[in-house]
Amino acid sequence: MEGLVFDIAHLLAGSLVLVSFMMLYQDRLYSLLNVFAFHAVVLSLSVAWQAYIQDAPHLYVTAVIALIFKAIIIPLSLHRIIARLGIHREIETVVGVGPTMLAGMGLVALSLVVMLRATAEADPLAREDLAFALSVLLLGLLMMVTRRNAVSQVVGFMSLENGLILAAAGAKGMPLVVEISVAFSVLIAFIVIGIFLFRIRERFDTVDVQTLDRFRGEKR
Amino acid sequence: MPTINALLFCVAALLATSMIAVALIRWKGATQLTYGATLLLTATAAALAAGRLFGDAATPLTVTLPLGLPWLGALFRLDALSAFFLLVINLGAAAASLYGLGYGRHEHAPHRVLPFFPAFLAGMNLVILADDAFCFLLSWEFMSLASWALVMAHHRIDDNARAGYVYIIMASFGTMALLLAFGLLAGPDGDYAFAAMREAAPAPWLAALVLILALLGAGSKAGLVPLHAWLPLAHPAAPSHVSALMSGVMTKVAIYGFIRITFDLLGTPAWWWGVIVLIIGGVTAVLGVLYALMQNDLKRILAYSTIENIGFIFVGLGLALAFAANNMAGAAALALTAALFHVFNHTLFKSLLFFGAGAVLTATGERDMEKLGGLIHRMPMTALFVLVGCVAISALPPFNGFVSEWLTLQAILLSLGLPQWGLKIAVPAIGGLLALAATLAAACFVRLYGIAFLGRPRSAVAANATDVDLWSRASMGVFAALCLVAGILPGFVIDGLAPVTQYMVGAHMPAQASVPWLSIVPIAESRSSYNGILVFIFITFSALLAVAVIHRLASRAVRRAPAWDCGFPDASPALQYTASGFGQPLRRVFGAMIFHAREEVEMPPPGDTSPARLQVSLRDVIWDALYAPLANLVLFLAGHLNRLQFLTIRRYLGLVFFSLVSLLVVLALWP
Amino acid sequence: MISALLPGLLIQGAQMLVVLLLSPLLTGFVRKVKARLLRRQGPPLLQHYRDLLRLLRKEAVVAENASWLFRATPYMIFAATWVAAALVPTFATGLLFSWSADLIAIIALLGSARFFLALAGMDVGTSFGGIGSSREVMIASLAEPAMIMIVFILALIAGSTQLSTVAAFMQTPAVGLRVSLGMALFALLMVAIAENARIPVDNPATHLELTMVHEAMVLEYSGRHLAVLELAASLKLLLYLSLIACVFVPWGLAPAGAGWATHILGGAAYVGKLFFGGFMLAVFETSIAKMRVFRVPDFLGAGLMLGLLGTLLLFVSRSL
Repeated sequence: MEGLVFDIAHLLAGSLVLVSFMMLYQDRLYSLLNVFAFHAVVLSLSVAWQAYIQDAPHLYVTAVIALIFKAIIIPLSLHRIIARLGIHREIETVVGVGPTMLAGMGLVALSLVVMLRATAEADPLAREDLAFALSVLLLGLLMMVTRRNAVSQVVGFMSLENGLILAAAGAKGMPLVVEISVAFSVLIAFIVIGIFLFRIRERFDTVDVQTLDRFRGEKR
Repeated sequence: MPTINALLFCVAALLATSMIAVALIRWKGATQLTYGATLLLTATAAALAAGRLFGDAATPLTVTLPLGLPWLGALFRLDALSAFFLLVINLGAAAASLYGLGYGRHEHAPHRVLPFFPAFLAGMNLVILADDAFCFLLSWEFMSLASWALVMAHHRIDDNARAGYVYIIMASFGTMALLLAFGLLAGPDGDYAFAAMREAAPAPWLAALVLILALLGAGSKAGLVPLHAWLPLAHPAAPSHVSALMSGVMTKVAIYGFIRITFDLLGTPAWWWGVIVLIIGGVTAVLGVLYALMQNDLKRILAYSTIENIGFIFVGLGLALAFAANNMAGAAALALTAALFHVFNHTLFKSLLFFGAGAVLTATGERDMEKLGGLIHRMPMTALFVLVGCVAISALPPFNGFVSEWLTLQAILLSLGLPQWGLKIAVPAIGGLLALAATLAAACFVRLYGIAFLGRPRSAVAANATDVDLWSRASMGVFAALCLVAGILPGFVIDGLAPVTQYMVGAHMPAQASVPWLSIVPIAESRSSYNGILVFIFITFSALLAVAVIHRLASRAVRRAPAWDCGFPDASPALQYTASGFGQPLRRVFGAMIFHAREEVEMPPPGDTSPARLQVSLRDVIWDALYAPLANLVLFLAGHLNRLQFLTIRRYLGLVFFSLVSLLVVLALWP
Repeated sequence: MISALLPGLLIQGAQMLVVLLLSPLLTGFVRKVKARLLRRQGPPLLQHYRDLLRLLRKEAVVAENASWLFRATPYMIFAATWVAAALVPTFATGLLFSWSADLIAIIALLGSARFFLALAGMDVGTSFGGIGSSREVMIASLAEPAMIMIVFILALIAGSTQLSTVAAFMQTPAVGLRVSLGMALFALLMVAIAENARIPVDNPATHLELTMVHEAMVLEYSGRHLAVLELAASLKLLLYLSLIACVFVPWGLAPAGAGWATHILGGAAYVGKLFFGGFMLAVFETSIAKMRVFRVPDFLGAGLMLGLLGTLLLFVSRSL
């Protein structure tokens, strides 16, 4: 039983890293949003499993918040924003997909080495959780660095935050997890809207769809 | 007579051959005489070394000659490691001599080759036999200079002069690094005998410094990235049998130097040495083969592929270092065996392939693949042997290249036992790099063989080629056969390496010759095993069975007809795939990032009948980032120092005076 | 001595026959399912056998400047693929010669087959053959490292590269749920699709597309040579399905020294797994579009990354 408990936690946390990589691989905005929603689902499953093992009911709340906000509301609203603003659906990358994935692999290796060395005496469950959380966090940062598009940067930021929640949920006796997660989610909602409208206004002085398209057309 | 004396006698005879070649240079038979003599001498030396390796290899033989440093003499030693490398070197040298018997007749400037060839062989043998730093460095430099002279044999060809220039600079750099390494090893007392260095245990930082210097010195000779720049220029420039020697044999001398210093003289390794060597080896392997895929010159492809194989060997050595540092002697023995097995294999197939390139050069006068094609019809024997070489170097069963790759992968799978996290994670990643390098090598040799030997001739010279002389074919045939034998009976090679690994890391792989069915079993049969001979028999048997059944029961009728090609009446051989065209997908996948590969298409305007042009530009990133700035710096300094040539005599005297005074001041202040 | 070896020898011989006889059926089954999914009637299940027999009886038309290599290659490819397929446990693990080549060697045997196929594509000197070969080596240059990473994952978990040992280990509870194994499975599926020239990497059913890879290499072949190559392709598909079955769903495999009933049960389980795999392949192929050739490196690169990531994540799992 002990083995199975660990295995499922490991499976879910590992899948979160994998889904982070899937986000790096996407080249369409809509599919990126879908993968991000999946990321949030995996996160909420992982947090719920932590709640079950640690017997900590407040973590269930975190899981539900993650599910509702990040897997449903934010992706849906981003979908609508993209549709309304008529943004190009292709993701512009600074570096190609291959090198980015390679760099991501290096980051995962780095975070594993650092975390496993730093936490040699810790409980194996918390240990691997922390290692995975650091990987997810770094991958989110990598995504923000290597993507030009504002939407994908926001998604990168939110996946980074998912890593933080994973870390908080893995560490036993973290009382403020619920509050932190609520606060973060609200913050992110603001950032999403804020960055978005702000940046687009800043660039084009308008959110007019036609202007955006004409500008793009000239650039091509 | 003890074996070592006989070997030294062989070396002396090689030097004498060199003198005789100088004396008889105008005589018609000089070519046959020289190559005949070197063949005889190196074959004897190889037999002596093999006898030692499979006989009493555990006890080293030593001899001291009253030469060299007056207080030390010239020390020579024959232990298991040197016996193995002597065997490899003299085997390659004997085949090159055999090849030279035929190939040398086409040489238009024999006086530029013959005297240096035996001297080069003698130099390589002496490096392996040397047992003190002075002797080692002297022979090393002798070997470098002799090979430089051979590279410059055809100095009137434009690129060769540049190749020789780059080579001599890099060779001097390497020797300097080794000189410093030995200086540090000898310590303040300056005892240059290897025996004394073995006894002394250098401080950790000192040992690390020596490791770096050994990597620079031996690595520049072997062609480790980023010190490889000279290799693809110099190796192809020499006559083909010398190219085979430089690529197949001289790089092994460099590897010997590295093993001797790090495993033997330097004492217990630290774990991170392994990481450095592993990473450099893995990067070298992948970059070397990627460079090879971008080339169109037969011999240059082979030279770049040498870099790849050197990287492969260094990965094995890095693994052995990592295991040895953690007292995992059995695993270290497996990794070292894999590396040394690949040393042996690479000598076989790279010499074979260079012989093949030389045969193509003799038959057509072309090294450019875009002008070859269809040689399998004109040169059937050469084509068969080169095919064996290509399959072997691509690490495909049942040939020998696969066995060493397999052993390396088995060693990589033991990395779980390593305690350091960095190593645990780095080693499988390096394994991925090796697998990438191996498949890219297969792509590279499909390209080489498919363009040069298959298809239809792309030029008149390729259409009228005839197969080469018997000597050349014999030397290729012998090595092709050895590639197969070492591939299907690897157990005997592994057993031959047992005394070497026993001496270097204190353990050896389990004896393989007694395993039933002649399988090779590195650790335990439930873990992994491979049986080359059974795989070979199965494939041959099933292929013959299929042929027999189909021919007997179904149909054996054959009709020759024009090629189908989807109904396209394809008249001109120029419509075949070219070498650059074949490499295009891989260039697009890997080259865009690493070589800044750019393709530009120039289309004529509508109505214009001029042809469209496709231009591909590649940049050597390492050359741009490392060598070009260095060269610019040297030029800059030289430009400024140039003024010193135009001073008055008084100022020159002043310079000498001031340097003398400053030296005296330094002496006065020295504690 | 002989009586001790006899059961192993029998199983080995039975396996060689089974894979040889079953592989055209599998190919025919996949074609049939694909046709039914497209609301077509499709060829009969046994059509592929008839095609092969018909091809075998026809005379071989060989291009004028084809060399001996062109004529020898089909047999070499067939032999290498057959030997490899005979060494993957299908219905029983007690193969007499399973130790003569471990998983790495089996992959390398397939690599040999591909090497010669790519050479044969270039032998006649046509433009299509060259296209096929050059793309094939590009695909292989990413698929084979990915495969090696999968081997690393399996070998590090099971402590062996021997397929029978791996299969036996996978049946024990020591395996557990591991994210690395899931990644290995996905990567293996991607590699299998690329290696067998299936959609979305290549299209096995077309001859007249510029994107074809495998079909371009065998374009000049006809008669018995083509039949042997087609059989080898079917064998390779069967091999990959057997490999996936034996590593990831090893249940039903008869262990060494088991009785007749267990072996027959193992055979039934094997046929079931095979046809389930074939069905899934057909569903997958009909539901996805062929991708551009230069998207393939991204696809296979993702497979390679999965393999690498799986290896990395092994180090934070339970028992390693």
